[in-house]
Order: sequence, then C-alpha cells, then structure tokens
Amino acid sequence: MFEYCADPETLTGLTWLSCYLTNGKHLLFYQSFGVVLALLAVTAPVSLAFGFVGAMAARSTFPPFSLFGKLYTSIVRGVPDIAFFLFFVIALDQAVEYLRHQAKCPDWDMPVRQGSDFVVCDAAKMPLSTSPQWVHETYGFTLAVLTFAIVFGAFAANVLFGAMRSVPRPQLETAEAYGFSPRQTFWRILVPQMWVYALPGLSNLWMILIKATPLLFLLGVEDIVYWARELGGSKNARFSDYPHGDWRMFYFGALLVFYLLLTRISEIVLDRLMGRLTLGQATAGGEAQRKAPA
Amino acid sequence: MSCWETIADYGLRSVGIGERLLPRSDFTLCQQVTLIGSGMIWNIYFGLVALAAGFFLSISVAMGKASKNPLARKASEWFIFLFRGSPLFIQFFFAYFAFLSLKSVHPAFDLFTSAWLGAAIVLFLNTSAYAGEIFFGALKSIPKGDLEAADAYGITGWHRFRRITFPTMLRLAWPAYTNEAIFLFHATTLVFFSGFPAWQQRGDALYYANYFADKTFNPFVPYPILAGFFILLTLSVIGVFGLVNAHLTRHLPAERRQKIRFRPRQLIR
Repeated sequence: MFEYCADPETLTGLTWLSCYLTNGKHLLFYQSFGVVLALLAVTAPVSLAFGFVGAMAARSTFPPFSLFGKLYTSIVRGVPDIAFFLFFVIALDQAVEYLRHQAKCPDWDMPVRQGSDFVVCDAAKMPLSTSPQWVHETYGFTLAVLTFAIVFGAFAANVLFGAMRSVPRPQLETAEAYGFSPRQTFWRILVPQMWVYALPGLSNLWMILIKATPLLFLLGVEDIVYWARELGGSKNARFSDYPHGDWRMFYFGALLVFYLLLTRISEIVLDRLMGRLTLGQATAGGEAQRKAPA
Repeated sequence: MSCWETIADYGLRSVGIGERLLPRSDFTLCQQVTLIGSGMIWNIYFGLVALAAGFFLSISVAMGKASKNPLARKASEWFIFLFRGSPLFIQFFFAYFAFLSLKSVHPAFDLFTSAWLGAAIVLFLNTSAYAGEIFFGALKSIPKGDLEAADAYGITGWHRFRRITFPTMLRLAWPAYTNEAIFLFHATTLVFFSGFPAWQQRGDALYYANYFADKTFNPFVPYPILAGFFILLTLSVIGVFGLVNAHLTRHLPAERRQKIRFRPRQLIR
C-alpha cells in the first residue's frame, strides 16, 4: 500500500508492521468485518419479520396456524442452536436444489438420494457450476442470513408473543367497544403499544445475535474467524513476504476486543433508546424518569 | 451386525473404548444413535465440571461485585464484562491459541491444549461470569427486612452470610440459574468446533452428528437424533434443578414459590 513496502525484507520495526498490516490479505481481513456488520444489518430486520409472523401465527385462532406458531417458538429452545445452524445450512441448500430439480428436470428417472450422495441434474445445481465466484459467495451468504433469521426469528417470536400479551387488556377491550374489527384492533392498538414491552427482550436478542456472528465461519462464509486463523498461522519465508511465527492468539485477541467494543456500544445505544421509549409511559421506568431531578 | 454389537463397539467410542475405526459407509440408524449418544458423555462431562467449579467462583464474583472494596468490585465487573461481552466461540479460539503459544514457554501447558482441560477451563470461567451476574442480581434483591432482622438478633459476619444472605440469594437466583445451566450444556457443543482438536476422533455429540451429516450428505437423520438427546438432557437438568428448587423453597407458602420457567436468555455466548 505504501511505497516503501516494495521490498519487505529490508524493513524493520514499525515500518515493517505498517506494511504488514496493510498488505492485500489484511485488507480482505478488514473487509470481512464489514461482512459481519452486513450480516447483523440484514439479519436483524429479517428475523424480526420472521418473529412477527411467528407471534401472529401463535396468536391465531385457526388451530393449524397456532400450532405451527407455538411449535416454531418452542422448538429452538431445547436444542443447541449451533446444531440448527449446521442443520439448516445443508437442509436449505438441498431443499432449493430439490425444488429446482423437480421444476427443471421432470423426466429424470433416478432417485435424488443415492446412498450417501445427493444427486440432482446439472441444470438444478445452485448456484450453477458455470456461474462466477461472486454468485457462489452471495448464495452462501444468503443461506447464512436465512439460517440466522430462522433461528433468531423463533426467539424474536417468543419475545413478541410475550409483548403482545403484556399490552393491558382494557386497551383492546376499549377498541372493541368502539367497534374496531379484530384486524383494526391488532394493527392500530396492539402493535403500536407492544414495542415498549418487547424492547428489553429484543435488546437481549440483539446482544445474542452479535455474539452469534462468529458462527458464520461454520457456515462456510469467509468471515473474521476464517481470516484470523488464516493470517495468524505461522508463515514461512519461502511462501510469504512477511514471515512470522504463530500469531493466531493475537488475532483472536483483536477479535475479542472488537466484540467487546461492539457490545459496549450496543449497550449504550440501547439504554438511550429505552430511555426514549419509556419517556412519559405509565410504567415504573417512566415514573422514575418523571421523578428524577432535572 | 446387530444393534447390540454396535452398542458394544461404539457405546463408549467417545472416550476411546471399543472399536477404533468409525463406520465409513452403509451407516445404520443404530450406529448414528449409538455414536451421537456416546458423544453426549463429553457434553455432560464439560457441563458438570464447569457447573460444579463455576458455582463457587460465581458466588465469589457476585460478592466481589457487591462489595464496598473498589478493587474487588472493579475486578469482578471487568471479569463479568469480559466473558459476557464476547462470544464464547472466540473465547475458545483465543484460549486454545494462547495455550498453544504458552506451550513453547513451558511444556506443562501441553495438557491445557487438550479439550478435556483447556475447554473445561474456558467454560468454567464463562459460566462463572454469567452466573455471577445472576447471583449479583439476587444479592441485590434480598429483602431488606431479612438483613435487618439478622442485625437485630446480633447475627453478623460469616454467620450472617451463611445463615441469611446465602440461602436467600440462592433461592432467588435459582430459576435463572437453572436457565444458565441449560445453556451451559448447549454451549458445550461448541468445544470441538473451535480449535480444540478431537483427538483420535473422540468428540462430542455434535462432532459425531456433523461427521454423519458430512459423510451421508443427509442432515435429516443425525441432527434430529442430536436434538432428541439434547431435549432429554434439558428435561433432566430441569428435573434435577426443580428438585433442588423444591428443597430451597420448602418453607414458603405454595403461592410464593418461584416456578422454574425456561426462557431463552443467552443461547450463544
């Protein structure tokens, strides 16, 4: 990156370090922090949407919907979620390929599962083997986002279901007395009021989501954990311009600091948000704010 | 080969007893159930060790955080923040590579790079931080009257802690602590995916489930088996902790007893 980096062997001390930390692979490493933040930015709203649908289903009066909703909210609780991550990433991939296989190759006569192999016709491969590298990467990332959203959606559904039940019952009864239809009561009375009850649970979930991002590595995305292992491993002078010993400890130390910072910043922001939301509310928190000396 | 032979061969495979080679092809359902079940030994081992040792450290941490001594308070606060604020997955990686680097300083650290000790230490510290926060919360919500009554009777110091503070704290914290225990058992599945090598393919339940899913390319059999085992484990944890809870609250009228309710608090830590 810098001009004096042309010949790394002659460098020492800080100049060596400045060149080392700005070489091509390190720039990829820094980009992967962006991948993590992008995952957070995409997953949070998607899983909130999943959670919302799940909570609505669980509240439904139509038995199959409510059964599905209740099952969805409770299933991720008894089992380690890492098992779900490993499961869904293959299961989703196979489901997509199977559906494409059914649609594109109707006259294929062999079974899809042959012993230990999962065989679909070439046209149904996802992504196509001819497609460029970025399609593969995007597909992998999309699968990861979906997997995260399914698992966290279940938790969000649980939180939102609880929040919907915490909205004082008289509010809904008043709406009904004024002749609101159930749909209107739900959208105009229940949903606007539930957020203050949901926020503690949702902020807890956000913290969990932050701490789940390293698992991207298990889903095959080249994330910060992948690069920290890659860059930290000892480098031989024959294969690298910047030979060094086993520095993985320092790389993972840096990741530890990154996550601690992310947690701290989130805590501060969420505290402020909670303060905003409780302002003027008829809850213990709102009352405390009112009584606090200005 | 009958299922009983499979159980005899692979039932204790995860601790190195029985058949040396893992099955390589023509996997039967029995093999999958047996091996994944055998892996559960490690999950239970890690969970029990961390829980048993972490119980004492977490109470010390909670006492430290509640203490008036600024040094003890700051140290406890930082300990809790460090382990609760970062992912357990990264903690495992960091610890493994740290032990690996220390190995060159002194050969005694060789032991720490193996999962049974190194990962157990990380889990122990991690659960101590989470449970420490739980116990700290309980410590803060001990009814004022209980402590005042103790003062009035002239019960002070260690005696007051032993007879008044500790039992009340434990009772108030127990439902949340049950949750923590459940998630600790779930967290043990991360061990063999985080740098710690599964020596001679002696892994935990998820390690074997992942092995079968990779070999058969069919996730729909091994992962539900794993889920079944974990639901059983979760139910037994709830059962055992419920018994302790009944013991802790035996003097209370029925409506004041806190029920243990399972809620997702912190799944991946």
